[in-house]
Amino acid sequence: MSTPILELTHIEVLYNQVILAVKDISLTVYPQQIVALLGANGAGKSTTLKAISNLVRAERGEVTKGQISYKSQLITHTDPAKLVRQGLVQVLEGRHCFGHLTVEENLKTGALPLKLTKAQLDAQLARIYTYFPRLKTRRFTQAGYTSGGEQQMVAIGRALMAQPQMILLDEPSMGLAPQIVEEIFEIIQQLRLQEGTSFLLAEQNAAIALHYADYAYVLETGKVNVHGKAEQLSQNPELQASYLGAAFSVAA
Amino acid sequence: MNFFFEVLVGGLLAGVMYSLVAIGFVLIYKASGVFNFAQGAMVLFAALTFVSLLERGVPFWLCFLMTLAVMIVLALGIERWVLAPLANRSPITLFMATLGLSYVIEGLAQLLWGAQVHGLELGIKDEPFIIGGIFLSQFDLFAAGIALSLVIILSIFFNKTQIGLSLRAVADDTLAALAVGIRLPKVWVIVWSVAGFVGLVAGLLWGARVGVQFSLSLIVLKALPVLIIGGFTSIEGAIVGGLIVGASEKLAEVYLGSVIGGGIENWFPYVLALGFLLIRPAGLFGEQAIERV
Repeated sequence: MSTPILELTHIEVLYNQVILAVKDISLTVYPQQIVALLGANGAGKSTTLKAISNLVRAERGEVTKGQISYKSQLITHTDPAKLVRQGLVQVLEGRHCFGHLTVEENLKTGALPLKLTKAQLDAQLARIYTYFPRLKTRRFTQAGYTSGGEQQMVAIGRALMAQPQMILLDEPSMGLAPQIVEEIFEIIQQLRLQEGTSFLLAEQNAAIALHYADYAYVLETGKVNVHGKAEQLSQNPELQASYLGAAFSVAA
Repeated sequence: MNFFFEVLVGGLLAGVMYSLVAIGFVLIYKASGVFNFAQGAMVLFAALTFVSLLERGVPFWLCFLMTLAVMIVLALGIERWVLAPLANRSPITLFMATLGLSYVIEGLAQLLWGAQVHGLELGIKDEPFIIGGIFLSQFDLFAAGIALSLVIILSIFFNKTQIGLSLRAVADDTLAALAVGIRLPKVWVIVWSVAGFVGLVAGLLWGARVGVQFSLSLIVLKALPVLIIGGFTSIEGAIVGGLIVGASEKLAEVYLGSVIGGGIENWFPYVLALGFLLIRPAGLFGEQAIERV
């Protein structure tokens, strides 16, 4: 296979200099791959993503051990703004849209670091609206007043405005109706195929994540427990019991 | 009845002066959630720098530009030595820091320009004239005009420029702003510079009215009820709050003063603000959090 676009080797993340959120995580994402991070609440999925985008700093966290490299360059303590310009963007858990800004203004913020001209900006907006036609009809609505699914689209669209090669997606399915979740995953799939974007996504909904992902890592208390190809993992009985709800169907 | 309107209009126009100070607070509060106690000191520092340059024979417009440059340097310094080391700390920590900052700025002002009172002449006569039987102060009208243009300029800056967009994004959600690649230190410098610019305008008008002196920094105390009434997060709120404070304190002085004794003007806005805190704590224009259920 080609060289990895993203590689984590034995990283450890500490919050407030005492709380160990990630103990030892190594993972690899190859170009155009969708890689899933699975695991329960508090397993360290979000922290891992924020360690990569270096947003942990904003929450008084720090990568204390290990290395993170993106496109074969060490990025362990790089400024998030610089990473965005290099094509590595995170979509935060819980959407984090700018509620008082309109949908279109939200999208425009995504392109701020690129300093585009008016024409380039319009072209980017048009591109986003082809992926998310629904956002076009709501472009002048304040993002805070749109539905949860639309907010997730705004959050992803906003990230796409930076023309990223690698997107870190945190819980895209959170609080959304199954139909919307599927719609969003279809778009992720489409982006990977049409634009060659790579995805690292943290997801509690293991079933849908494994359905779309190529490869997956299962985290448990800050460590990688199991990892493997998505289709293999979805057959793994232990995993089925703890994350895919198979235990319930047996009990029933 | 004419007398009533005269008091009302006089009060409203005086209120604009409070609004000008309050706008500086709103800018910084919105972008960083910091209640900047040093805004009064910045007003003083700007006015003092301006008037000292003017007294040394520098032309008016150059004084303005030079003072503006000084305020930008001040903003850079504040970001470097106050905001950056305290990034991600609680709002109360930052508030305490600005409290200390206000003393540093005042001390700096005294060190640079001395402690004496300066007169400031902006070339506008403070002579009353009559419209429709009401006496109006020319200076107050001028101040109102300045405030109006300032609000228009700020509104264009915030709503039509890319920098304005990034400022609004930071004000809305700091973490998300970081995630899309907005540089917070840059935004802070810009916002503190703009607050410095607003402080300069306020300082010139206040300085022309009451003289450039150290008590100018105490106008923060008058801005407080304005902010509580109008809301901490809205420039419109700062304007309306200022108008309400100005009008109500003058009316109270004239109509209640004779009943319960004079000097009401000084405390009436605080009582009014207290009432607002009980009934509408976010203020008239304060941002209500948008929450979907």
